[in-house]
Amino acid sequence: MKFHGTAHKYGRDIDTDVIIPARYLNTSVPEELAKHCMEDLDPNFVSKIEFGDILVAEENFGCGSSREHAPISIKAAGVSVVIAKSFARIFYRNAINTGLAIMESPEAVDGITDGDEVEVDADAGVIVNVTKGETYHAQPFPPFVKDIIEKGGLIEAIKQKVAAG
Amino acid sequence: MPRPMTITEKILAAHAGLPEVEPGQLINCALDIVLANDVTAPIAIREFRRTGLSKVWDPEKIALVPDHYTPNKDIKSAEQAKVMRDFVREQGITHYYEIGCMGVEHALLPEQGVVGPGDVIIGADSHTCTYGALGAFATGVGSTDAAAGMATGEAWFKVPASLKFNVEGELSPWVSAKDIILHIIGMIGVDGALYQAMEFTGSTIEALDMDGRMTVCNMAIEAGGKSGIIAVDDTTRAYVNGRFEREAVEYHSDPDAVYAAVYEIDAADIVPTVAFPHLPSNTRPAAEARDIKVDQVVIGSCTNGRLEDLRVTAEVLKGRTVHPDVRLIIIPATQEIYRQAMHEGLFDIYLDANAAVSTPTCGPCLGGHMGILAAGERAVATTNRNFVGRMGDPTSEVYLASPAVAAATAVAGHIALPEDLE
Repeated sequence: MKFHGTAHKYGRDIDTDVIIPARYLNTSVPEELAKHCMEDLDPNFVSKIEFGDILVAEENFGCGSSREHAPISIKAAGVSVVIAKSFARIFYRNAINTGLAIMESPEAVDGITDGDEVEVDADAGVIVNVTKGETYHAQPFPPFVKDIIEKGGLIEAIKQKVAAG
Repeated sequence: MPRPMTITEKILAAHAGLPEVEPGQLINCALDIVLANDVTAPIAIREFRRTGLSKVWDPEKIALVPDHYTPNKDIKSAEQAKVMRDFVREQGITHYYEIGCMGVEHALLPEQGVVGPGDVIIGADSHTCTYGALGAFATGVGSTDAAAGMATGEAWFKVPASLKFNVEGELSPWVSAKDIILHIIGMIGVDGALYQAMEFTGSTIEALDMDGRMTVCNMAIEAGGKSGIIAVDDTTRAYVNGRFEREAVEYHSDPDAVYAAVYEIDAADIVPTVAFPHLPSNTRPAAEARDIKVDQVVIGSCTNGRLEDLRVTAEVLKGRTVHPDVRLIIIPATQEIYRQAMHEGLFDIYLDANAAVSTPTCGPCLGGHMGILAAGERAVATTNRNFVGRMGDPTSEVYLASPAVAAATAVAGHIALPEDLE
């Protein structure tokens, strides 16, 4: 998977309550959730995201609630990949399971400034900062996790298992 | 001989069918219970349907609890709850709790004996880690993991490294389980236990009743933890006996088990603690927060809505009234707790104090309903999160505290300790 877009950079401990406030959890429709993505942290987030843009954050991205509405809203808002120094564990699993691309790369987060043009090769784990002419590397996924991603997510993996009997 | 293991490693090894496991190892575990609620179940059900299976793995091992936006807050949430209810009827799921039998899931499932010692439990709710108080491995997951669990009865895990928090000594008056866990989160931060299991040991933990132990394990996720756990002892056995519907299996950490870190904590250093906005780790002694005036106090939730919490609340409120500028909302976590509190006369004390008492619901804790904050308003809550906008408007503020501090605050109108009251 390859992505190309403008980076939007935020701080550490971005919690799932600001990613998608609970007052919108009375629905699970992705397009509805996307309208309110990150609004309590940055009310302009949704309007400034162009399809394919890249979300960059410091440590512990996605901490808090287990709501899968968080990765769903980020993906539906048009974000192609989230690059963070670290992810909270439930968010990490949810992103893999729902097909939101994520990458752990402290050096990329330190190197990227808000508004930089960034290219990502997720399979190779390479992040290129086009604006600054820098290249960063991401932690590779464990093979077990990579297998789930390659099968198209956890449910697709189970589906294949069910079909195979 | 297998390698020395922690309690968490032993439970995971047993459920993976392996003689031993070690941190970092990826394993597939058999599940004892899969949980979801009215917010997370609709997505889990949608994902379950995509597997192509027509029946869940075991209708007796799935628990579905309508507790977040119930009694239904609006039409949309009524539709969400109905998706879950229809699925329960279609699949013949036995552990479903309708309004009138319902409670806040993490108070309800232990009380009803659905979860117990030695279990591996996943729940599509981050505070599923609460059940570690029973000597179980329990962790929060998203809806898709819950769907996979409902379909297959299995989940994959990376075996977590364990952190040991050994708390020794006697707690000072009015210092509670909530203060222990806020103290720990303040010490290690909101990602201090990221991907790790938090094991709580020591004489202070052993002296806690089950309600207190559940408060401690409930907030493991607030330090980023994968799970919290307390080994089974006589207190656990007394609670579980005659209640747990399956056979309890006890595991204990080996004396030479390996920990990523061991924290020695003196109970005497733990004081009534308040977590300031907007992180649970932003802790300060309550005694240094008396200048914080509040508009609302909420006592309840999966963290502090149990009987002991309600008793402490009544002890502070007895013969007193809530400050005229404050709204006090008390939410017993289950119907059984509600009934017992009523029998003990606690409701008379609350009503005499001008507090509102609600039917069980998660409601205000996540800014759902039943006590939403207006712009700029402040609340003290016995809940678990104080993120931006958690209880209402993004400019509102939540301060996390114990039931004793919350009740004293409701009377004083500003953050206060019980001993501050006349």
